[in-house]
Amino acid sequence: MEAGVVHAAGGRRRELEGSPAARLPDRLLRWGLTALSVGVIVLIAFFFIRLIVESEPVFSEQGVFNYLFTDNWVPSRDLYGALPLIVGTLITSAIALVIGVPVAVATALYVTELAPRRVRQPLTVLVELLAAVPSVVYGLWGFFFLIPKLQPATRWFADTFSFIPFVGGSVTGPNYFVAGLILAIMILPIVSAISREVMSTVPREHKEAALALGATRWEMIRMAVIPYSRAGIAGGAMLGLGRAIGETIAVTLVIGNAPVIGDSIFQQGYTLAAVIANEFGEAASDPLHRAALIAAGLVLFVLTLVVNGIARTFVVRAERGSRAAAKPAAGMAG
Amino acid sequence: MSAFTIEPVDPRRRRADRVSRGLVLALTLVALVPLVLVVYYLLKQGLGAISWEFFTTDPSGSFLGDPGGVKSAIVGTVMMVGLAAVIAVPIGVGVAIWLVEFGRESKLAQAIRYFVDVMTGVPSIVFGLFVYITLVTSGFGGTSFAGWKGSVALALLMLPVVTRSAEVVLLLVPNTLREASYALGAPRWRTVVRVVLPAALPGIVTGVLLAVARAAGETAPLLFTAAVVNDTTFNLDERMNSLPALIFQNVGQAQDRLVQIAWGAALTLVAMILILTLLARLIQRRSRLS
Repeated sequence: MEAGVVHAAGGRRRELEGSPAARLPDRLLRWGLTALSVGVIVLIAFFFIRLIVESEPVFSEQGVFNYLFTDNWVPSRDLYGALPLIVGTLITSAIALVIGVPVAVATALYVTELAPRRVRQPLTVLVELLAAVPSVVYGLWGFFFLIPKLQPATRWFADTFSFIPFVGGSVTGPNYFVAGLILAIMILPIVSAISREVMSTVPREHKEAALALGATRWEMIRMAVIPYSRAGIAGGAMLGLGRAIGETIAVTLVIGNAPVIGDSIFQQGYTLAAVIANEFGEAASDPLHRAALIAAGLVLFVLTLVVNGIARTFVVRAERGSRAAAKPAAGMAG
Repeated sequence: MSAFTIEPVDPRRRRADRVSRGLVLALTLVALVPLVLVVYYLLKQGLGAISWEFFTTDPSGSFLGDPGGVKSAIVGTVMMVGLAAVIAVPIGVGVAIWLVEFGRESKLAQAIRYFVDVMTGVPSIVFGLFVYITLVTSGFGGTSFAGWKGSVALALLMLPVVTRSAEVVLLLVPNTLREASYALGAPRWRTVVRVVLPAALPGIVTGVLLAVARAAGETAPLLFTAAVVNDTTFNLDERMNSLPALIFQNVGQAQDRLVQIAWGAALTLVAMILILTLLARLIQRRSRLS
């Protein structure tokens, strides 16, 4: 009797489940998709290993330390010290952050807190349009418009404020500053988008409490909005930094491509990404040169990994605080 | 004669408020300056280059004579980006489905989300290098530079954008829809294909269009993989021209006619990307999910 019931239930279950053949598509879907997803990890690991293997010749020739910290990039004499490239990458990205982040945060503040309701949507769209312009078009514009127009102004600035470190001295047309300025424009949309998302999650109660206590609008922003969204803004800035470090074509066109460390921000330089884009053609026949460029790519890869890792922690922290949807925006805004 | 009066705000605080708000507004306006300038110069320099011949002839390659048009670059961009989408969309959407329907919060799913995020941050030039050292220098498929290798590089770039946006949309599909499907006896694969995907489709299409728009403007990965040529080809096994690569090459030439072609090509490229972005936004607005 007991066994009969169990048997009947088992039979019903089998009936509902369908035959193994009918369940096959389900399994196929599940394991096929799993394999696909794991494939993404395998792919990145494979690329990383390939980069290391292919850049190995230059590291065994002059050592990792020498490659990274020697100021001597002369491919014609087989000297590959990438310090000027790394310094150039860091200087231009730093300039981009210094100029771009305040503007981006101000835009986000204006749109979320101060703007009349009617202009909010159009303003957001306009800022996002900056992201639709391709890198090479910014380069073209920077090369033919920004450099010539900016030169008198930078010369005046360099002469007048020569007491500030890294400002005085000679001024060249293409330089770190122009590159940094273009990068600032390019990272503006993403930093602004993430700041905006975080600011829009500031609880209404916090803002109203500040206003009810007699705070002016600006005091409300300073006391309620900024503290609440600080982590998110930092995350957005780091994501922007990641973009700036890896940006290639626009920078290649406006930085002068001289493998030296300039004395001031108004002198020519080079970046890791620009050197790869410029020299890979001539390096095709020279294995050591090629390895040196691939090593530059490896350094770039590791740099962006670290920066994006930090950005991710910030954004996740901001999300945990507010359940904001800032993370998906990171992928979308590009 | 009320005993309850509100004290006027201290003038210093009021001034600080005004000044700061003015500064925020000023910085916002500053953000719009580059957009205006770029668009103005694109139109001013680019419109002059555009004519019927501009779209119907190949670049001539001659330095001093007639520079020709940009036909091969437009064909190359459309074909390479198209193939890149064909590669990236099924994989990207597949990974997103796995993440939402099967992986959920498991350790493996978290790891894959992390790696997809990593991919978003990898500079496009590094993807170009990847393809260069794996497919181009090894002469994979009997060619060195080839259009389809450019597509692979662009697909790698699109993959994380597609996955990320598809995942967000799939998460928005209400669970009640899935449960209703199961209750009617539909197996899992049927639920995914017939219920979840159709509900998420507009959102997925938006993500795909944005990814395509992003890939269409990329230069760096194409330089290493598809090279720059003059002639039009519809064969993805050959070297292929593209609009961004053509612009990059022409900027380097100190020749006014070639530079003008570059401006015209830039205007064409930006117009193509804007149309895609606009389309994406329209579809997004139509979607009931977001």
